[in-house]
Parts: sequence; C-alpha cells; structure tokens
Amino acid sequence: MLDKSKIGHEFTPFTVDVEKGRLKFFAQAIGETNPIYTDEKAAQAAGYKALPAPPTFMFSIDLDGPEFLPMLDMLQMDIGKVLHGSQEFEYLGQVYAGDRITQTSKILNMFDKKGGALEFIEQESAYTNQDGELVGKAKQTIVYRN
Amino acid sequence: MSEIIVGSVIPSLALPPISRTTLALYAGASGDHNPIHIDIDFAKKAGMPDVFAHGMLSMAYLGRMLTNWQPQSQLRKFGNRFATITQLRDVITCSGTVVELIEHNGETLARCEIQAAKADGEQTLVGEALVAL
Repeated sequence: MLDKSKIGHEFTPFTVDVEKGRLKFFAQAIGETNPIYTDEKAAQAAGYKALPAPPTFMFSIDLDGPEFLPMLDMLQMDIGKVLHGSQEFEYLGQVYAGDRITQTSKILNMFDKKGGALEFIEQESAYTNQDGELVGKAKQTIVYRN
Repeated sequence: MSEIIVGSVIPSLALPPISRTTLALYAGASGDHNPIHIDIDFAKKAGMPDVFAHGMLSMAYLGRMLTNWQPQSQLRKFGNRFATITQLRDVITCSGTVVELIEHNGETLARCEIQAAKADGEQTLVGEALVAL
C-alpha cells in the first residue's frame, strides 16, 4: 500500500520556460491545424499576444520539472503500474509562448478500491506566470495497479 | 455562427488511427516519457500486450474539438476521466453536446458533455467543459 501519510504533501515549486518551438511541436504531435497555434501573426490576428499553449499543455508543464513525476519516487511507485484516472483544467488566464510558468502542486487525497488492488492519488496544481498572474489550475487522479 | 442553445451539437473531430509514430511524437512533444507508451519491451514487462496511447493525447484531441468550435480564450474549464485504455490502431472520434446554459460572473457558460470514443462506440474519455459564449 502507498504511504497515505503523504496526503497534503506539497511538492517543491519549479519554473519552466514555455518555448515557441515546443508549442509548435506539441501542436504538430496532436494534429492541430489551426494556424493560431503555429503562426504568431495568425495568433495575434485572433487576439492572442503570442502563440497560445493549447488547453492541455499545462500537463506538460507538470512533466518539465527537475524530476519526472516526483510522486513516483516519493511514494515508491513502479511507473509501469501507473494509469491516468482523470484530469481537469481551470483557465483563469492563458499560457503563451515566451512565458515563464511556476508550478506548485500538492497531494490532495489518497484512497484505495477493490481491497487495495487499485490505489488512487489526487493531486492539485497551480500555474502562475512571470507577472504573478495565476493563469490556470489543474486536478488529476493517478491510478496505481497493485 | 448560429445561436448556441441547449442541445447544440459541437462539430465532431474524427482522428486517424493511433499509430506508434503518433505515440512517439506525442511522447517527445508533451514531455510524457513514460516508456509504457513507446517501448513494447517495457509494456510487456508491465503486463500489457503492447504499448498504448497516452490518455492526455486523447484529451488534447478533445481540446482541439473544443477550440475548433469556440476560441480557446472562451474556455473556462475542461475535464474528463479516462474510462478505457486507447490501443494502437483505435480510431477515435471526439464529440460533444451543450447540456445547460449557466450564468456565472456575468458570463453565459455553455456546459458541454464531451467524449472520445472508439469506432465501436466504446467511450475512452468522458467529461465536461464550460465555455463562455
């Protein structure tokens, strides 16, 4: 069983640069064809100050920290047994190419089902840009197959 | 654009079959380097028959459907659960419907039920979005 004393644990905040080339690569990888995601002029014509990060890109900010999924190490989880249970984003602003985003996150809850065969970890994250503006929040559930 | 009302259907998004290339590109671009999505040897050791798609790839497809429909700057909330694993060669279609109009902070929000599903109709992602009109 995973160590439930980690409920409430706050991970070390980190800051990442949102690079233009990375956003274009992301757009290409998801098959995005709307030019506002790859062409700055099109983005500006649509009212965005720079290339906007697509709606799910905040999850990639999570993955760009100094340690890949720090929860895995802390809870001694085998990455081969991890599944994504749910994901939710709230948009309070917009992440743009050129931003420096600081991510903070904590473990909200942990519980198990099926007599411990499946364990669930709920995590909450927040994303603040270089101007101190809270641009988004996220909640996710990770499922662990024992 | 025609008026959005309860029952309005979001134009669906049909995706090409999931390939190993799709997963490799998404792994690199998203930063999700979990080998279970790109390394068949690792996947088999973990008890899976083969690599399988990142849930977040399909969520990105749902995001494309939403931003094709309304500008991203109108998106207020977007979430889903991952109901079933998406396998290689699955053909995913994203769809959604406006189920309620809500007044919130001076805005009218369309609450949309959204889903991604395989060709046989099995739902892979089931969720909800709030979009300001």
